[in-house]
Amino acid sequence: MLTVNSISIQYEQKKVINDFSFSVEEGEVVSIIGPNGSGKSTLLKSISRQIPYQSGSVELGGMNMKAMNPKQIARKLCMLSQKNQAPSDMTVYDLVSYGRYPHKRWFEKLTNDDRDIIEWAIERTHLTDYQERTVASLSGGESQRAWIAMALAQRPQILLLDEPTTYLDISHQHEVLELVRELNEEMGMTVIMVLHDLNQAAHYSDRVIVVQSGEKAMCGTPDQVMTTEMIREVYRMDSEVMYNHAERKPRIHLLRTAR
Amino acid sequence: MTKSRSGLIVVITFLLAIAAAVIAIGLGSIRISVPDILETLFHSTAGNVNDTIIFNIRLPRVILALIIGANIAISGAILQAVMGNPLADPGLTGVTSGAAVFVLVIMLAKPEYTQFMPLAALIGGLLAATIVYALAWRRNGISPISIILAGVAVNALCGGVVGYLSIIYSDRLPSAVQWMNGSLAAKGNSVVSMILPYAIVGWILSFFAIRKANVIRMGDQVAANLGENVNRIRILLSILAVFLAAISVAAIGMIGFVGLIVPHMARFLVGSNYKYMMPMSMALGALVLLVADTGGRTLFSPLEIPAGILMAVIGGPYFLYLMRRSVF
Repeated sequence: MLTVNSISIQYEQKKVINDFSFSVEEGEVVSIIGPNGSGKSTLLKSISRQIPYQSGSVELGGMNMKAMNPKQIARKLCMLSQKNQAPSDMTVYDLVSYGRYPHKRWFEKLTNDDRDIIEWAIERTHLTDYQERTVASLSGGESQRAWIAMALAQRPQILLLDEPTTYLDISHQHEVLELVRELNEEMGMTVIMVLHDLNQAAHYSDRVIVVQSGEKAMCGTPDQVMTTEMIREVYRMDSEVMYNHAERKPRIHLLRTAR
Repeated sequence: MTKSRSGLIVVITFLLAIAAAVIAIGLGSIRISVPDILETLFHSTAGNVNDTIIFNIRLPRVILALIIGANIAISGAILQAVMGNPLADPGLTGVTSGAAVFVLVIMLAKPEYTQFMPLAALIGGLLAATIVYALAWRRNGISPISIILAGVAVNALCGGVVGYLSIIYSDRLPSAVQWMNGSLAAKGNSVVSMILPYAIVGWILSFFAIRKANVIRMGDQVAANLGENVNRIRILLSILAVFLAAISVAAIGMIGFVGLIVPHMARFLVGSNYKYMMPMSMALGALVLLVADTGGRTLFSPLEIPAGILMAVIGGPYFLYLMRRSVF
């Protein structure tokens, strides 16, 4: 579905991402974790073409993304930043309808099919009662859902989420991640997300990629990756990890800074 | 803000601008009643006194005010979208003064090249816009503070050049003073016919820009995500905005605040969707500058205040009011 072939990213003289490769299969949920400044968000931004990479390539459905035009890409891949701001008077419905933009040429108006998709996206994110409200008047969790609805209306095959839970309280964090999982399970949408919370990454992903100083430190299923050694090595923290063998979802309990 | 209501407000404003234009034609040292104006406009009889006053003096001036007001307001509306910043306006960013410097060079140093003034204004405006982008652009866009600072720098630079030019060419200066203050006095039909073709091109392009402006106002990241080439749109829309401001400067000189205040009023009245905001800025800009110019020539008659000065006197406090309400 998506293949990253040894990309390197440099800001001025500093190498931020070094020879990084991974691939994501259709229908997978992959989380990218790592300490601050490790380059995990940069990696995601380079896939969504917000940040250029100096070498390597990214392939989307077997095609080199550099050879695709922006609209083509927008119909297949959608990236949601950690913080988004809509114009203060924009309603949820209007925001979500922007998701249809990449599917339209300039003279085309919204068709009934488009409206069906918009309404479906709003319903899917449980925002039907809010669709005439302005995005600015919603709470953090609701507004994050509105942005996800816009992404859904875009009908992408791959959804990239950059720390989708950072500005939310715990219950809204889980609400957003549960929505992501539902979308993955019901529609087979492929998801790549950057997360901070190790337990959330372990709980909601099929595979986890650990980034350390711009390099791939580890990659595998949550129970392969989430070990006390990895956490000491990458985060400099002592921890206990409990394995729930039925679910293969480890639970991490951080103890103290490692000495 | 319901859509039908926004559409209605836009239509009403266009009608108001037309009504104001008819009334403005009648105002002046010789008053002409509205029925007489309509009579003359639609059944012109050459030789009539009203005919001369209306077609040679009042009408060109009124039309010019409408065109220029619309141009500058659209320019401000577009700049606010592409810079993602409510303070972007051709005046504050220095686009107007950049254009003015280049026009002034021709006006004072090379008066024989008058026909190149719109081109010179465009080059000057683009240069100023480039400097503002270079100074104010950061990785994550343009902040209101940096745009003001960049504008201050560009305006100071241009002010210096204007000062220098006015010392060297002090003998030719009086003819330029009216222009520098943004006056629509004694502009006749020749200026109207000079600017109108450019303005129409600009308006048509602005119509096509509505969709792009609507996407880019959501921010670079969202626009890119929706499949737009953000840098290309930003450059093209900036050129369009500079073009509209520059041809206006070439025609009548510097008029500040229209490009800042009118888009704000438009947004307040019809919301931030450019489908309504852009035509609203156009209609409201035309109306506001017409009122400013007509006020300037009638309120203190026989003294005439250039529209640019009147706009600055009204615009300054309004700007402060916006700052106090912390719209930025």
